[in-house]
Amino acid sequence: MKTSLPAKIWLYFLLIVTSLCVFFPVLYAFMISFMTGPEIIQGRFFPQTFNLENYTKVFDRLPLLNYLLNSFIVSISVMLGQLVVCSLAAYAFVFFKFKGRDFIFFLFISTMMIPWEATMIPNVFTIRKLDWFNTYQGLTLPFFALAFGTFLLRQHFLTIPKELHEASQIAGLSRFKFFWKVVLPISKTSLVTLGAYGFLTTWNMYLWPLLITTNQSVRTVQIGLKQLQSQEIATEWGVVMAGVIVVIIPTLLLLFIGQKQLQKGLSQGALK
Amino acid sequence: MKKVELINVSKSYDKQVDVISNINVTIEPGEFFVLVGPSGCGKSTMLRMIAGLEEITGGTLKIGEQIANNLSPDKRDLSMVFQNYALYPHLTVQQNITFGLDVKRMKKDEQKRKAAEVASMLGLTDYLARKPRELSGGQRQRVALARAIVSETPICLMDEPLSNLDAKLRAHMRSEIRRIQRTLGITMIYVTHDQVEAMTMGDRIMILHEGKIQQIGKPIDIYNHPANPFVATFIGSPPMNLAKAVLDETTEELVVENELRIPVPGMERSKLPSHGMTVGIRPESILPLTPEQTGGVKLEVTTTNVEVLGNETIFSFHVGTEEWMAKWSGQWHIGIGEQLPVWLEFDSLSIFDGEEGHLIKKTVDQSHHVVQQEVVE
Repeated sequence: MKTSLPAKIWLYFLLIVTSLCVFFPVLYAFMISFMTGPEIIQGRFFPQTFNLENYTKVFDRLPLLNYLLNSFIVSISVMLGQLVVCSLAAYAFVFFKFKGRDFIFFLFISTMMIPWEATMIPNVFTIRKLDWFNTYQGLTLPFFALAFGTFLLRQHFLTIPKELHEASQIAGLSRFKFFWKVVLPISKTSLVTLGAYGFLTTWNMYLWPLLITTNQSVRTVQIGLKQLQSQEIATEWGVVMAGVIVVIIPTLLLLFIGQKQLQKGLSQGALK
Repeated sequence: MKKVELINVSKSYDKQVDVISNINVTIEPGEFFVLVGPSGCGKSTMLRMIAGLEEITGGTLKIGEQIANNLSPDKRDLSMVFQNYALYPHLTVQQNITFGLDVKRMKKDEQKRKAAEVASMLGLTDYLARKPRELSGGQRQRVALARAIVSETPICLMDEPLSNLDAKLRAHMRSEIRRIQRTLGITMIYVTHDQVEAMTMGDRIMILHEGKIQQIGKPIDIYNHPANPFVATFIGSPPMNLAKAVLDETTEELVVENELRIPVPGMERSKLPSHGMTVGIRPESILPLTPEQTGGVKLEVTTTNVEVLGNETIFSFHVGTEEWMAKWSGQWHIGIGEQLPVWLEFDSLSIFDGEEGHLIKKTVDQSHHVVQQEVVE
């Protein structure tokens, strides 16, 4: 599509304005992370000098690297767990024929209507009975089965032409091999989407780690950030924001990597 | 090379109505067998039953000498080409071709060699590294074909493989598939709704309608002697002209649509029933009236439509309530609404029973033979 120059300028102007609106809080946080206490109170937007003092402080005050590692382990395991459980569940819902399949799927999906917070208390009790407080499995396992993820993947699996399934049946592929060699590679885009979604939601999770962790051994970054605020009587916002920026970086990285994958659009060309 | 035998095969969903019933046919080893019929006649279902993708609810299916009713698709020793090709979009052409071999744990070198062999046979050598989405429709079709051939199974099933191609490519692929089938001697079972494909490709064809066999036979026999009015109109383009007719006992004439009276030769009279009949005549058997013609019936018709196709001219006209078509070879200058004398004879009529629809009288063989001529120095 060819656009004239004024139209292009207008378009880019709008894009820049809207992106600034969306990005402003993050940008402001980024600026604050370089400021000293008085500067923040003055309400300035740009710091006078870019000093990294806040960053060193944040690492001194908290075992932030430790928290980051914990968050990574938890987020990656939840992501992988969700991918495995959801893709297998979705595969069964799409490619297996069994009695009451649609009803079970409906039941499965209807759990999306129950807010996570409602099931939190029983979950906490379960975890306590299993003596999984302050463990990675306590932080991750409850999130493996995700109705939304199953639904997302099922919708993608449904678009796989049944002829592919039949062709591999004739070729003699076992059910698992068909899943592994055909279904998963074709659904790469959806898997990446679900993976990114799972990682980010877990990374940003606050309530559950707060309940499950009682010491620093497996505590995640979001709790750490909260700790920064409450440690002192007057919160040092510069330090908190430095922490926030450090925490944001991995999510941004993931977004950039994931976006490239998402755009590939592997599913074309299966059929005429 | 294996034969495929269907004995009393039927198919029903939910044990209600049979969508396919009473199928009895033996497909000989190395034969090109075409299943043809209008949409929804059950031909694809039948093919899928042979492939093992659809359950057989009644009767016996034998592949080779083995009863195959409950064999899984991969144990039936067959390959299949799908209408939409069913290529794996994430694999290259090479990987698509060798996919089945990989499952059978063939050595990589061997796989490569075979893929290269088949690719050169089908002119795909330059495309081996490409993904299916980077290929044209015809190339994708050939990849699907290559995948079926490379497995070297004795039986190959094809489900309307050419329906997504344009007319020119279709004609080309038609002869190519036929050539490959002959060279490799595969038993081919081919499903199509296109009667031209059926006529040109099949050693034998089976015409299905509403899940029942209408006729099985060599294409030319089916064309000449259709078993019932359905087959008569399904095979041939334009279709055979049909009309209701009764025998007038007093004048010994066949009265078609109360309009056309055709004298019945003495020896044929006894064969015709006294009740209603359906007569059919191929468009090419309705001829221009010339002085040489003797016997037969002259008919004055008013044209309602004319199509000049370069090498032949097709025009339609009314006989009673039916619209008939005639096909004359060559270019004829005929206007719409023009009065035209045409000529036809009793010999070229097919007569079907008016109630049961079976063929009572065949057309007389009018085919030409090429006589070996002596070469003169």
